[in-house]
Amino acid sequence: MSSWLRFAPIFLLLLIVAAMLWRLANPPDTTVHSQMIGKPVPQFALAAAVPGVAGLSSAQLADGKPKLIHFFASWCVPCIGEAPVLDQLKKQGVQIDGIAIRDRPDELAQFLARNGDPFDRIGSDPESKTQLAFGSSGVPETFLVDGRGVIRLQHIGAIEPGEVPAITAAVEQAR
Amino acid sequence: MIAETGLAALWLAASLSLLQLVLGFVPAISKSGSGPIRAVAVLQGVLTLFSFAMLLLVFATTDLSVSLVAENSHSAKPWLYKIAGTWGNHEGSMLLWVTVLGVSGAALAIFSRRLEERTFIAALAAQGALALGFFIFLLFASNPFARLNPPAFEGRGLNPILQDPGLAFHPPTLYLGYVGLSVAFSLAVGALITGKVDRELARAMRPWVLGAWIFLTLGITAGSYWAYYDLGWGGWWFWDPVENASLMPWLAATALLHSLNVLAARDSLRAWTVMLAMIAFSMSMVGTFLVRSGVLTSVHAFAVDPKRGVFLLILLAFYVGAALLLFALRSGKLSEGPEFELLSREAALVGNNLLLSVILGVVFIGTLYPLFVEALTGAKLSVGAPYFNAVVGPIALALMALITIGPLLNWRQDSGERLKRLAIPALLGVTAFVVLLIAVPQDGLLAKLGFGFAVALFPASLLPLLGRKLRRTPLTTYAMVLAHFGVATAVAGMSISSLTTSETLIAAKPGEIVSVGRWSIRFDSIRPVVGPNWTALEATLYATRGGAIETLKPQARFYTDPPTETTQSAILTTLNGQLYTVVGQQVGDRWQLRLWWKPMVTLIWLGGFLIAIGGALALIGRAWRGWRRGSVR
Repeated sequence: MSSWLRFAPIFLLLLIVAAMLWRLANPPDTTVHSQMIGKPVPQFALAAAVPGVAGLSSAQLADGKPKLIHFFASWCVPCIGEAPVLDQLKKQGVQIDGIAIRDRPDELAQFLARNGDPFDRIGSDPESKTQLAFGSSGVPETFLVDGRGVIRLQHIGAIEPGEVPAITAAVEQAR
Repeated sequence: MIAETGLAALWLAASLSLLQLVLGFVPAISKSGSGPIRAVAVLQGVLTLFSFAMLLLVFATTDLSVSLVAENSHSAKPWLYKIAGTWGNHEGSMLLWVTVLGVSGAALAIFSRRLEERTFIAALAAQGALALGFFIFLLFASNPFARLNPPAFEGRGLNPILQDPGLAFHPPTLYLGYVGLSVAFSLAVGALITGKVDRELARAMRPWVLGAWIFLTLGITAGSYWAYYDLGWGGWWFWDPVENASLMPWLAATALLHSLNVLAARDSLRAWTVMLAMIAFSMSMVGTFLVRSGVLTSVHAFAVDPKRGVFLLILLAFYVGAALLLFALRSGKLSEGPEFELLSREAALVGNNLLLSVILGVVFIGTLYPLFVEALTGAKLSVGAPYFNAVVGPIALALMALITIGPLLNWRQDSGERLKRLAIPALLGVTAFVVLLIAVPQDGLLAKLGFGFAVALFPASLLPLLGRKLRRTPLTTYAMVLAHFGVATAVAGMSISSLTTSETLIAAKPGEIVSVGRWSIRFDSIRPVVGPNWTALEATLYATRGGAIETLKPQARFYTDPPTETTQSAILTTLNGQLYTVVGQQVGDRWQLRLWWKPMVTLIWLGGFLIAIGGALALIGRAWRGWRRGSVR
């Protein structure tokens, strides 16, 4: 064995220790950020999630107006707490479309009756396929899509009341 | 008082480990003989054990003035979990780690009398150095005995997922394995210092590696089964970083066990064996660091403190670095030992070592790759089962082939005559593979090949016994046969269950009939039940596949301290597999049911258990032989 080869494991160790130190200094960010920001929305066409409300398809999004696409479900507890905030956004003139994840029409209708319905359209995504295509991994999540149908922003988790001004500002900017 | 006594014992043990280090490494003192260092090592082990017993006591009595107890225990907890809760947290678990380290050092001082004196003293000094670092870590960064003033009114309780008999057995067995390998590390360091890497070293090291390896095998097998039934995901291995952290020392120890046999029998593979002995325990330390620092995202969510991570990383870098440096400086002086032919027992064992090392490398790279990529490019990615299965699978198959052939070869050189005996096993294996290829339409070539190799190995593993007088065959041969038979058993279980598992996920109303595999399951009812510190909704399922009707009662449990929901799977074990049922969320009047039929899945853990029993037989066989030799003298 040549002599430098015998020292190779030590260099390997130093490399690994350096990587570990870097990780300890930069703790991992465990939220999953979408890779789709800045890209056009993925192709989808979802049937209506509740009878009497329009479904949602990607073709409808590039209509010149920015809007929020909100991923939620009737079985999602944080979504109940978030409902008043969505109503507030709606009252400030923000257009919101919903995508219901793994939901059932009767459950969802009850949810909307109880918690309010700020949505223009609600598509049903029974197998989370559209959700995954957006790069979203849970509910509730909200995406800002601009008038050209490009995803501008992802908000993971429920929107807090204090975050409303930032969201409306971002919507204005996307006009 | 109990906590203070424990802490005092810990301080004393720490100072003794410093003394042990000084006595061993200062040659002027060690020339005067080995008298004190043995006694010091034994006393250090006893004190650590005493300290651990004191921690057990404060947990058993739920002394809420000890901050660790207040944070992790609760007076209403069943007694088994009060005791096991001692190591269900960071500080207690690190104290258990150090206790095993101290007790291993004491055992080394008491039992290893065969080894050359200077190597032995250097090894004890190395063991003292290891202990000293981890004592400092405990005393300054993870004191388990810290008081809480004023005492808490009630404890916060233990994570309900840990409130399972698995907690009582899995961590202690795993730690006995992890830390037991420290003895091999210390012996390797001692031998490198004195330059005496020979048969004597291999014989002295072998029982320690064997012992640690048995516990590691049991710990991993038990952990796999625990995750399987406790988490309710239906899987038995997830290639999770913490699982990999326990697999890596096992792979290194398995390789070491085989190369030690070469060194003991033929005086070959000197530098390599010493390297492996150091790698094995280094992997244990890497595993401990990964688990305790939280640098990798894992299902094992341990409480994490970055300062402790830095401390552990410094210890790891120091010990592994020092060992590798010693190897770089001293291994050049080791001669390679006698040569051997390409077709020989040695060559097969070298092959075994290479393949195990490659698997170790693959698992290591796969576990750390996301970290390196993010450090260098900022991109986030995760490495999961598709990578590990695709890369480890084929190498493991090659290893299976070697296990089939190797034991039939002679030391030094072999004519290959006995390989003809493999004709029938090979034929059986090929037949099994072809049958699966035709009978099971979906892909899974690797699993089908795996089953073929397993079918061949079942009879082939018994061949070393063929033509021998069974009563005069040494116990160690039986041990090898049993362990290899266990490998065939486990691989057969993995292949068949992965090829033929059926799954049903459904939201069902009570009264509905659901089918999975050949089972037809009636969802009878769901009603509340109450346990010692939880309430649950319990489903009653009646399952049948034509014959008797079996009852399964999976639960969705709600614990109050801390408030947590868990799923309690119900599993029906039959001769040819397991029916695995989980009840999930309620949606209106429907309940989510997850049902699996997993043919032959139990063979996986049976195999792991057989492998461990094989190890135990080998240990008994060696001890018996040593004892007889000693008494003849």
